[in-house]
Amino acid sequence: MYRYDEFDATIVQERVEQFRGQVARRLAGELTEDQFRPLRLKNGLYLQLHAYMLRIAVPYGLLSSKQMRKLGYIARRYDRGFGHFTTRQNIQFNWPQLGDIPDILQHLAEVEMHAIQTSGNCIRNVTSDQFAGAAADEIEDPRIWAEIVRQWSTFHPEFSYLPRKFKIAVTGAPDDRAAVRVHDIGIRIVKNEAGEVGFEVWVGGGLGRTPVIGVVCRKFLPKEHLLSYLEAILRTYNLLGRRDNIYKARIKILVQATGGDKFAAMVEEEWEKIKDGPLHLPQAEIDRIHRYFAPPAYETLADIDPAFESAKLENPDFARWARTNLVKHKVPGYAIVNVSLKPEGGAPGDASADQMDLLADLADEFSLNELRVTHHQNIVYPNVRKRDLFALWQRLKAAKLATSNLGFISDIIACPGLDYCNLANARSISVAQRLSRHFSDPRKLDEIGELRLNISGCINACGHHHVGHIGILGVDKQGQEFYQVTLGGSSKDDAALGKIVGAAFSEDDIVPAIDTIIETYLANRADHGERFLDYYRRVGMDPFKEALYGPATARRPAAE
Amino acid sequence: MATAPQMVTANRLSDGAVVYFTSAKSWSENFTDGAVWTDKESADTALHASEEAVKARLVIGPYLFEVAVTDAGPKPTSARERIRADHKPTFEPDQGSWTGPIAG
Repeated sequence: MYRYDEFDATIVQERVEQFRGQVARRLAGELTEDQFRPLRLKNGLYLQLHAYMLRIAVPYGLLSSKQMRKLGYIARRYDRGFGHFTTRQNIQFNWPQLGDIPDILQHLAEVEMHAIQTSGNCIRNVTSDQFAGAAADEIEDPRIWAEIVRQWSTFHPEFSYLPRKFKIAVTGAPDDRAAVRVHDIGIRIVKNEAGEVGFEVWVGGGLGRTPVIGVVCRKFLPKEHLLSYLEAILRTYNLLGRRDNIYKARIKILVQATGGDKFAAMVEEEWEKIKDGPLHLPQAEIDRIHRYFAPPAYETLADIDPAFESAKLENPDFARWARTNLVKHKVPGYAIVNVSLKPEGGAPGDASADQMDLLADLADEFSLNELRVTHHQNIVYPNVRKRDLFALWQRLKAAKLATSNLGFISDIIACPGLDYCNLANARSISVAQRLSRHFSDPRKLDEIGELRLNISGCINACGHHHVGHIGILGVDKQGQEFYQVTLGGSSKDDAALGKIVGAAFSEDDIVPAIDTIIETYLANRADHGERFLDYYRRVGMDPFKEALYGPATARRPAAE
Repeated sequence: MATAPQMVTANRLSDGAVVYFTSAKSWSENFTDGAVWTDKESADTALHASEEAVKARLVIGPYLFEVAVTDAGPKPTSARERIRADHKPTFEPDQGSWTGPIAG
């Protein structure tokens, strides 16, 4: 893992002291709320429906066991005994008191954590592939580049007041697990025809009010030019992005209005001026960062572990978990473990303080002291010996952390919604809970197969509903919660935005509606191997519309 | 001028908790303690009076919201205000508790 140098430690500690002073001045009446609000937001502190909410950065989703333990301590000492892992690989605490925030930030600083770049119109905390450094399909480890981007972007003076927030994601594998096509900038590590490794740079993607799949800004960028190229994109956006209308201020609007090719040409023009300047990355610096992410001392093991194989034969529940929650590791004899934070009836992404402590202990015991947070709101142990998997599973199971549902319909992404969020129009978590109870039978999950269901409580789309195979968007109709359903979205290499199936459903009708969609798919798919998304792409919307709203001839216009 | 009945709410500065403006010009966490104004002029006057608590560093962002007056007392008409009035999410806690430090 990256470890803070003296500059990192100094700026984080200085920020704690600055905010301590700002909170004291606010409480003493020396700052009004209008003056204080931008300051608290720069430290991840929001005011939500019931209380303040503190969003803590987990850069590219990487946590040490020591950091996870500290999060558990904060949950227990300063909050209500739990925290919420988010779709941007961060964690949020929902109930902190204003006067405690400086102390919380001090605790975080002690383990090289903070809440910087979690709010405001800056370059936000960079996200990445949760399997980075461990995945068998990886071209190169994206964490090196995510860390280089983090160092460049933190407190970047030119980009502290952008037209709007700015999100960058990095992936190192052909299988895009970081949703790079729906980020302001998406960075894919690729090989060119000469076999050289560099970056394919996507720009102008995003969800929210105006969902857009990004465009390729540059097909191949040599590694040493990453920062100068990013600087050229940000500079172009900073100069030309709209500041007159908050809803049209994201880079996606600029790229759409300008045209992808023309925008790329403008970036290239700016880049030519700066590419060989101070942002040119020396190999020595790349190597220095690389060393922080050197592979751990893996043991030389056989890939097939007899104890693991026999445990699966003897315990069907373990066998199922091994089938659904493990991912192939690049080193023989090891596995990547997904820990689902989506138990039946649970709040997606929530973990208790006790669970955080246990997750930290198990990381020490089984995964070389390291964990990851995923944008699907789960936890990953990246380096577990196969021979330890049964023991790990037993410990997870005892703490209700061994749900076998990764990538299934009950592995729901859900924003906090109207149960917590000041912006939401409808609840997300309670719908997710009802759906996870409805689809709790493992045999049913197996029958349905791979299916991504994402829920957002408002058009800001923190629950990524546009890119769910099934998306649910909460809307307000005269004070009542309704839910609009989209079908066919994907955040992967085949990125697509879901299309609205028809009129929105009431709170009571949304779970039966999803059930109807699933039964329509199951009754009509070509075979068990045809995934929901494949079926939708083959047949389109009509069978679902008919099942939900009746035959087209009988349908009232409002249902369209 | 006729208007729907309204109440004044805000968040408390110290912990963000939801509070309601009472007829005694104080603040209460209990929705039922909040005063209801049935005409625009008195609602606007109450909102104006509530701003004193902003200056006194007690609350943040007071605003008016609509309620329906029923036999059982006033009820918020929006889902948002119904949830705020309960001071907690609508689901039972599967992790932690809703009655931690700030409620204590």
